[in-house]
Amino acid sequence: MTSLPPSTDKKLGLVIDLDTCVGCHACVVSCKEWNTGGYGAPLADIDPYGAEPMGAWLNRVHTYEVTPAEGPASVVHFPKSCLHCDDAPCVTVCPTGASYKRVEDGIVLVEEDLCIGCGLCAWACPYGAREMDPAENVMKKCTLCVDRIYNENIPQEDREPACVRTCPAKARHFGDLADPDSDVSRLVAERGGFDLMPEMGTKPVNQYLPPRPKTRPQASAASPAPETVEADGLLGWIDRALERLG
Amino acid sequence: MHPAISVIFFTVTSGAGFGAISLIGAGYPFAQGAWVAFLVGALAGGLAVAGLISSTFHLGHPERSLRAFSQWRSSWLSREGVCAVVTLLLFGLYTLIWMVTGVRLGWLGAFIVIGAVATVFTTAMIYTQLKTVPHWHTAWTPAVYLAFAAASGFTLMASLGRIDALGGWPVTAIAFWLLLLAWAVKSLWWRRALTTNLAQAGSTPETATGLGHLGKVRLLDRPHTGPNYLTKEMVHKVARKHANQLRFLSLVTGALAPIAVTGLTWLAGADRLWLLAAFILLMAGLIIERWLFFAEAEHSVSLYYE
Repeated sequence: MTSLPPSTDKKLGLVIDLDTCVGCHACVVSCKEWNTGGYGAPLADIDPYGAEPMGAWLNRVHTYEVTPAEGPASVVHFPKSCLHCDDAPCVTVCPTGASYKRVEDGIVLVEEDLCIGCGLCAWACPYGAREMDPAENVMKKCTLCVDRIYNENIPQEDREPACVRTCPAKARHFGDLADPDSDVSRLVAERGGFDLMPEMGTKPVNQYLPPRPKTRPQASAASPAPETVEADGLLGWIDRALERLG
Repeated sequence: MHPAISVIFFTVTSGAGFGAISLIGAGYPFAQGAWVAFLVGALAGGLAVAGLISSTFHLGHPERSLRAFSQWRSSWLSREGVCAVVTLLLFGLYTLIWMVTGVRLGWLGAFIVIGAVATVFTTAMIYTQLKTVPHWHTAWTPAVYLAFAAASGFTLMASLGRIDALGGWPVTAIAFWLLLLAWAVKSLWWRRALTTNLAQAGSTPETATGLGHLGKVRLLDRPHTGPNYLTKEMVHKVARKHANQLRFLSLVTGALAPIAVTGLTWLAGADRLWLLAAFILLMAGLIIERWLFFAEAEHSVSLYYE
């Protein structure tokens, strides 16, 4: 079971547009909300209202400062969740068969009843996509909302991952990356989508779109000082009177 | 990486236990008698079992640990479990036959040697396989585990054995050279680790975010203000704070002291029971060495938090 399938029929995944993401964390909250009531054990929090709250999240947004060799730095909001890798190291290290990659759509899932909570899959993942649930002691990860995308009890427009559905900036896209004609594949081709840490050899399915080049205001001479207009009439008299007062 | 006490204790004691088991399987001579067979078998097996039981303490669901024997085709952790249990079962049978009949079955012993070596090797491979931790991802890691298993197993068994010399060499001399060899291998491991941080292995915040083509990447805001499983487990930096002092301590306790004890015992021709002292010192030093093995290892997830 924890051997990877030689190939998958589809490669369902996300395309995340780093140009559009505004870093609002709505996808993070929406993910937690859906997944705490959906697939598997709830996503627990420890000390949620205390001094040091901590819990399991399947999606987190980091914010980076990118400083080019020349020119001003820019801020990039960076959502990160499971990339559903083609060559997922988290799957093959699993001793129990709890971790697996589905042949039909490529989604990487955890069968929580089989998980012994050894944590080795989290060590094997370069991206930090897996987190141990602090209450259930089983490994949690993004399911690509497997309980939404095929769910015939919800309206068609809701059959996509919660993070994609909720993104107010439309920075997240969901689709089949094995199909070169799908919207997501075309987006990746047009915008130069890239892999995270390709050197790890994981062949991630999820793709990231780079921020577009920024248009900078032209450097120009200082704008001319506003003309001083002499007031006349009553205002002019008040102006001159106040001037004399110092 | 977070240095979990249960895993540190597991790798050190089961290494020594399976080292000793392989020597017993290879027919290392002991005094006659059922009691000797029982005590030697219980000591070697006990170390291995104590380590394995300890390793289950860091599991979220130890009651499901039987499941871990199922994926030996793909998982090094599963292979380790299978090798350990098969070896221990064969070893139990071997010791029982030895106790009851006084006969030590050579062919069964041969299987035990193979099983014990395979167990230590597969334990090391759990760490070696991880590309995410460049310090561990080298053939030197299984070499270190095997060398320390051999040194600690031999030092313990030689102190309890019946013979003063093996193949013309005093057993104290063999223990001395094995200890020296093990620490030489570990020094090479450490030397490699010095030049194998994440950046040198080719991973940086720029490759992690894919934003390197735009410039230098620096974390501005963490995803949450508090800690999380990832930062506690894999971005564990507190444990590294006293790395140099700990390395010094591990070298003094685990290398200098036992090498000096075995060397002096050898030169003075003193009682080989002194090797027991060397063994205990080595174990203490190895606990610190193993702490550093985890604490100093950088995981690629930390790149997202820099």
